[in-house]
Amino acid sequence: MTAAPILTVAGLSKNFGGVRALKQVSFNLMPGELLGVIGPNGSGKTTLVNLITRFVKPTSGTVSFKGEKISHLPPHKIVRLGIARTFQMVKPFYQLPAYKNMIIPLYSPRMKQLAGGSYGDRNAMALDLLEEVGFERDAFVAYKVAGALPQGYLKRLELAKSIALQPDLFILDELFSGLSLAEVASIVPIIEKIRMAGKTIIMIEHRLKELFRIADRIIVMNYGEKIADGLAEAVMENETVKSAYLGTEAD
Amino acid sequence: MLIGTTLYALINAAILALMAIGFNLTFGISGVANFAYGAFYVLSAYGIWGMLNLLHFHYLIAVIIAVFANVILGALIYRFVLLRVRGQALSEVIATFGIGLAILELFSYFGWVGFEYNLPVFLDRSFIIAGTYVDFQRIAIVGFSAILIFGLWWFAHHTATGLAFRGIAQDERTALTFGIDSDWIATLSVSFGAGLAAVAALFIIPLGSISPGEGYDVLIRALAVCIIGGLGSTGGVIAASFIVGFAERFTDTYIGSHWTMIVSLAAILLVLTVKPSGLFGKQKELEERI
Amino acid sequence: MKKRKERIDRGIKVRSSDIFALLSWREMLYLAAPRLLPVVGCLVLPLILGAYWQKVLLSVAVFALLAISWDILAQTGMVSLGQALFFGVGAYCSGVMNHYWGLNPLITIPVAAVMGGLICTLLLLPVLRLRGIYFSMVTLIIPLVLVRIIEATRIFGGTEGLSGMTPLPSKWIELYLVMAVLLTALFGFRRMMDSDYGLVLKGINDNDRSVISAGINIYWFKAQSLFIAGAIGSFCGAFMTHVYMFVGMPVFALDYSILPIAAAVVGGPGTLAGATLGAFILVPMSEALRGFGGLRIVLYGVFLVVFIVVLPEGIFHFIQRKYHQFERWVEVEK
Repeated sequence: MTAAPILTVAGLSKNFGGVRALKQVSFNLMPGELLGVIGPNGSGKTTLVNLITRFVKPTSGTVSFKGEKISHLPPHKIVRLGIARTFQMVKPFYQLPAYKNMIIPLYSPRMKQLAGGSYGDRNAMALDLLEEVGFERDAFVAYKVAGALPQGYLKRLELAKSIALQPDLFILDELFSGLSLAEVASIVPIIEKIRMAGKTIIMIEHRLKELFRIADRIIVMNYGEKIADGLAEAVMENETVKSAYLGTEAD
Repeated sequence: MLIGTTLYALINAAILALMAIGFNLTFGISGVANFAYGAFYVLSAYGIWGMLNLLHFHYLIAVIIAVFANVILGALIYRFVLLRVRGQALSEVIATFGIGLAILELFSYFGWVGFEYNLPVFLDRSFIIAGTYVDFQRIAIVGFSAILIFGLWWFAHHTATGLAFRGIAQDERTALTFGIDSDWIATLSVSFGAGLAAVAALFIIPLGSISPGEGYDVLIRALAVCIIGGLGSTGGVIAASFIVGFAERFTDTYIGSHWTMIVSLAAILLVLTVKPSGLFGKQKELEERI
Repeated sequence: MKKRKERIDRGIKVRSSDIFALLSWREMLYLAAPRLLPVVGCLVLPLILGAYWQKVLLSVAVFALLAISWDILAQTGMVSLGQALFFGVGAYCSGVMNHYWGLNPLITIPVAAVMGGLICTLLLLPVLRLRGIYFSMVTLIIPLVLVRIIEATRIFGGTEGLSGMTPLPSKWIELYLVMAVLLTALFGFRRMMDSDYGLVLKGINDNDRSVISAGINIYWFKAQSLFIAGAIGSFCGAFMTHVYMFVGMPVFALDYSILPIAAAVVGGPGTLAGATLGAFILVPMSEALRGFGGLRIVLYGVFLVVFIVVLPEGIFHFIQRKYHQFERWVEVEK
């Protein structure tokens, strides 16, 4: 029995004035998959995310989530349907403690929706969620002001904010960027845990080695187009991909 | 009557465009808020008046001094006030509005209102065009407006400085990496805008007299034109000036002069509801806006 | 011997920045005093001041409320340059209800507050989706245009306005009503802004993209903030209509737009207490300068600019900092 795809992107394109940032991108995503999206800078990866989450209106093409078209909905409604994203540039509320940063996602109507009508104790939920992503409870790290935390913790805070919304689809935009190998190694188990819970994940990444270890499937973007789609090893053998990343030999 | 009204509507459009251009340059094109614009307009008018009537300077000299004085004042305002609050758009608005307010109310306090406070027309002659009397001043406004708009468009799109103006509005950091000194460009932009205010005053004030209330009026109209036309778009300024100019004039002739302001307000609200970024406004999408 | 300035937090502040463990009466007094002071002040001042200064106190309270209204909007990321809009709409609402339908002030004032809030929210709804600057521009223009419309169409009394409104039962009721509203607004909305709801509003100001991606409809929240601020402003207008027993074009005057901004900027933007403090400083000062006529507004303008450039944190924050910290000169150790 073939399950239905959880996300279908069909012919998605975006023009910004004269710049064609995304050209006819299409793919299906099955529930539970971990899809990696890679490509050189400017290849349209973040634009793809913005179009799926509707922060930007597509010029043409459609996006369907769980069988329903979502490309006409405003971004906050899309979140309530079960898609959560993180941002490449983390920008928490620097003067507030980490756990206070979690309050806004927990105030989302989605939380009320999920809990059947009421919000619950946001402070307690914030602390629990932060502990899940590795904010050591006994060291009271969650109480530290966000501005005082290193990048690794901030990235995890960003991840926790999306976990809080209990989405079915996570879109993580360059979660690993700016992290040391050790920090990446400490985040990967959290992602594995999310996968175990049956969630679908899209990860935009530049750190290929770390990504290939966990991704089921890879899509390669270049100049707004999808140039490859398949298993990691197969994709890296692809000639087009190689020339996109490494350039072609001079004649 | 129709032809006469149309003619005057055209003139009204030109007046509006002339008023709005300096503001559009600074705020629309370069993204620097200068809500003291109306005050600059009135200030230069009083300046010229003072130089002509109290110091008895020659007209041309007074005008040149006034325009340059405005340009320098604009630069000073940038250096001493705007620089400190640069980037926080709303503080910019408050700070410049405060200055504008202080200047205008100061003149109000001095009570320099009345018919003797006016500027001379360029040429005291009228012509008959299509059966209606049109004075030379008004013709000059239309002509100059057209030249100025074209000049502004060409400046913003075809000169390095003009492109720099637009660059700092779009993305200051990127502009900096191109070697564009954003502070210098912003200073230029505020100065040019202030200078244009002086030029506008010099053309328009002779149609009536100087009063501090004009300052608020000019600011309102410049804002209205920019909102309706869309910030930053020269085409928008033209379109909005025409629309508002014609609407006002026709309302004035056929309905009643008191209703013209309602027409302006209705136009603003209509545009805001239907296309909030203005007719030609390039409102950036959410992701680009932030 | 070189000296440097050392800044130390007071004992109670060191333990935690928002949880206080109180160990003595002195500490409790230390915390309670800043809160009790305004409450006591507001309740006692009407009794000890003479008739003229009582009128000034009334003005102070009204402008403090307008400043609070401005600050709530500013904390949500909307800078209003036209508090006069809220004031004027509320004033006309209650004026019209009283003049044409003879309703009692105790009914017209609250109804006008709510109605005013609704009308202003609806008027400004289209601009909420745009960059904040549009909001500022539109709030600046609308009162100025409304004045001209009233003048032109002569509705609601035109240039003469409507007079002969029913006054409030007594001047003591006037004073204590507005004081009560001020204190409730100050402490109540302060609580609101400190709560999780307020955090969402402040979040919209700081990083609205982040708030949207939490699934929150920022425009709905902006509209709520606008309604609250509008209702406060409308209350002020409605209240003053019954105090002056008159409503006319002057309710849209620039004074009502500028002074609240100046009060909030001088007193300390970002806290409602700062806005109130600013009003308590500026309004009596402007009364004292009444002899100067139009020069008052010149001074507000200058004040505004100087403060925003030189002391953007405002007086309240400055005092707050000093209250919780003290500085001393210490020797630089070798």
